[in-house]
Amino acid sequence: MDHNGLGSLRLAGGAPSTAPEKGNPKVIGNSLAMNSMARESTVGAEPLVALRGITKAFPNVLANDHVDLDIYGGEIHALLGENGAGKSTLMKILYGFYRADSGRILLNGEPVSIRSPHDARDLRIGMLFQEFTLIPAFSVTENIALFLPDLKAVLDIKGIYHRINVISERYNLQVNPQAMVSQLSIGEQQKVEILKLLLSDARVLILDEPTRVLAPHEVTALFRVLDSLRKDGYAIILITHKIKEVLECADRITVLRGGRVAGSLLRSDSSEDKLVAMMFEKELSGLQVSPKPALDSSVLPLLELRGVETRGEGAETSLKAIDLKIYPGEIVGVAGVSGNGQKELGDVVLGLVKCVRGTKFLFGQDYTNRSIQEVRKSGVSFVPEDPLTMAAAPFMTVLENMALTHSRRYARLGGLAMDWQAVKTDVEDTLEKLGYSFSLYVPARSLSGGNQQRMVIVREMTHNPHLIIASYLTRGLDVQSAIAARQALIQARESGAGVLLISEDLEELFTLSDRLIVLYGGKIVGTFEPEETNIYDVGHLMTGSEVQHVSKY
Amino acid sequence: MSQNIDTPFRTSLLISTMRVIVRYLIIFLVAFVLFGVILLIAGKDPVLAIKDTFSSTLRSAYGFSEVIVKMIPLIFAAIAVALPSRVGLINIGGEGQLYMGAWLATWGALTFSPLPPWILLPLMMLLGMIGGSLWAFIPAFLRARGLVNETITTLLMNYVAPSLVTFFIYGPWRSPGNALYPQTVDFVPAARLPTFWGTRVHLGLVIDLVLLVWYWYVMKYTRWGLEMRAIGGNPQAARRNGIPLTTYIIMVLCLGGALAGLAGMSEISGIHGRLRPGFSPGFGYLGFLISWLSGGNPIGILVMSFVMALVTSGGDILQINQGLPFAVVNILLAITLFVVLARPSFWKGMKA
Repeated sequence: MDHNGLGSLRLAGGAPSTAPEKGNPKVIGNSLAMNSMARESTVGAEPLVALRGITKAFPNVLANDHVDLDIYGGEIHALLGENGAGKSTLMKILYGFYRADSGRILLNGEPVSIRSPHDARDLRIGMLFQEFTLIPAFSVTENIALFLPDLKAVLDIKGIYHRINVISERYNLQVNPQAMVSQLSIGEQQKVEILKLLLSDARVLILDEPTRVLAPHEVTALFRVLDSLRKDGYAIILITHKIKEVLECADRITVLRGGRVAGSLLRSDSSEDKLVAMMFEKELSGLQVSPKPALDSSVLPLLELRGVETRGEGAETSLKAIDLKIYPGEIVGVAGVSGNGQKELGDVVLGLVKCVRGTKFLFGQDYTNRSIQEVRKSGVSFVPEDPLTMAAAPFMTVLENMALTHSRRYARLGGLAMDWQAVKTDVEDTLEKLGYSFSLYVPARSLSGGNQQRMVIVREMTHNPHLIIASYLTRGLDVQSAIAARQALIQARESGAGVLLISEDLEELFTLSDRLIVLYGGKIVGTFEPEETNIYDVGHLMTGSEVQHVSKY
Repeated sequence: MSQNIDTPFRTSLLISTMRVIVRYLIIFLVAFVLFGVILLIAGKDPVLAIKDTFSSTLRSAYGFSEVIVKMIPLIFAAIAVALPSRVGLINIGGEGQLYMGAWLATWGALTFSPLPPWILLPLMMLLGMIGGSLWAFIPAFLRARGLVNETITTLLMNYVAPSLVTFFIYGPWRSPGNALYPQTVDFVPAARLPTFWGTRVHLGLVIDLVLLVWYWYVMKYTRWGLEMRAIGGNPQAARRNGIPLTTYIIMVLCLGGALAGLAGMSEISGIHGRLRPGFSPGFGYLGFLISWLSGGNPIGILVMSFVMALVTSGGDILQINQGLPFAVVNILLAITLFVVLARPSFWKGMKA
């Protein structure tokens, strides 16, 4: 464990004091201006927020072990670490969601006691959670009004409007204040969440993996917003496990590993290699992509879609004239901006969405009108984009969830009993193969986001599937787990399985895919071998040839 | 981790049972206090009234046996609600299913009366279950097709079933011997469930207890229980995982209907010995209340059914001793319901 980095940094860190003035939120504009001026001058001042010796233990795990952390105003401070490194726990302690077993929190050098999120908000600390807390049936204004600390008995809608407009223009957070939240995209909902925090007068903004749910171009926009907030003296804490993002936007980077601070760096001193070395104790094993197997087109395809069309309801996209074949030993990547039919493509193969036209063949047999059970039984695995809402029963234990897709296989006495030992053996085999570990006897809900994703990957990889549909396979996973998940796909391919890989991570698609299709508006607008194209061309197609969205990549 | 695989299940059952018991105690304490206030307003002595209720039911063998008699259909009706609730279905149709079960069982008793009891009784039970499950099949099918929510259809069908039964009692099945009371002829002795200890407690109690164990075992240990809990926990995930949702919806709701039908059969065969209108004073609805109060826990259902039977029996006593209308029982039940609805807030306070 290397704690030296932190000590030396505290001396070097040229951070200003941005003592927040508590009081009338309407003067916020003034105080911001002052802060941004003050920012350049003060050096070596005390941090806005200081955590000292924070320790928090949960049953079976020490989430935070004497963590020290300094947060300065006018800075983006990235909290980097693997899943389960204790980032979220630490910040939930600062936000009053959990209480530390020991340790102190100092605000402007004064010890404070934060017993609840309410206390935190009084101290002008705000947190943006991974799961949004908006009320879908309310308008943007109503949602924001609900969160205002100075909400009057009679709503001053005009005043709130005005405040929303001022803030949203200043920070590039434009949303229609009258729109219903249910009609907003994920990116827009996030803007509303940020607006909520800003209008409720928060000075310290904690963002828990804000980019997890965003498309690439939305990430860029978010970073622009964060940048302008930083210039106005806000202290921003960014919880993430994506090294690239950290290097792109953070001023100061603290790496947590196993609940302890592994080191703290200024961006100028850090590099990808350094951060990786701090995040993981052992060397990362790189991804081994085996050479593409020669395809024998005389072989029957595992999956064949012929002119498949679907009718989307509500927010769903309709698929139009989809022709697609997946051969044994082939990974077919699906690129596209989310909401262009990727979800529906996976669901139509699974049988959740009905074909209104066209036919679907699995392993040479017509499965167009067969049930999900039959599709599953034929050897199709499915990793959906959101583990907890689409793949698992939250209140059942992890082990019980593991048995769900193959309950018949583990049933004994014709279903009168379940062989949990067999489930456990199978699961532990896969766990070992992937190098994952998590508790099997806790409710699925209590696992961290990354572990929930791992749980689903383990389950779906366990029974040697012939065809794997993987949606956003590595979303929410840290680097090492992501590599393991990808490696598992490659192993499956080597043993003759086919993979439909839906992803927003173009690099992942280019590395893994043997063939790449691009979906736009529910249609396949391009089919490539990865070698014959590049990220920019694919980006063009993904966005209906609007260039700006992919320029960042 | 060499953890015994069974431990987590066992501890969780113990903990949830303890929790349920504590919850009951609080609920009933608050409910009785509120009820006492209402009795005070009505000018009665609440302490005496409540004392009367308990002493007359619990301190005499006969009173106690009558509580058990009332408890029998309540347990059936409660499992009929609890089972579908495990997959997220809300079956308020217990009352209607109970009537239809009694109706078809009566048909069996009248048609096959020459048969010996060891054939006739199982046949009547089967018919009772078929009657109840057919009545439940209609909402189940509509729900599985995604057409109508089962909450509404099961509730509304409760108003149809008693009318249908009444039609038969006034019409084709009316006993010619009795001009005053509309009812069917008395069942033959072979169509009556055996009773115990010279009381009215009948074989239904044994079936109840077997069913409770069956229900607990199925939910806890079988493949079907696992899949049902998965559906109840997250229907979308269950569907994606290849669990046949529509089949389960239909099967489970029909099974619930069958159990409610069995309640109807056991009432007419065990207690009344004939079919008469209004033979159920809302057992189906009480079953819903019980299932809900106990959170589907089998031991909770047993305890809660006993308490409910106690309350309703006590109502009869209050009527006689205190000159109170039977409606006071409904008031007590309503208060209990209110306290349950208020549960989340004071339960949270308890944990902290």
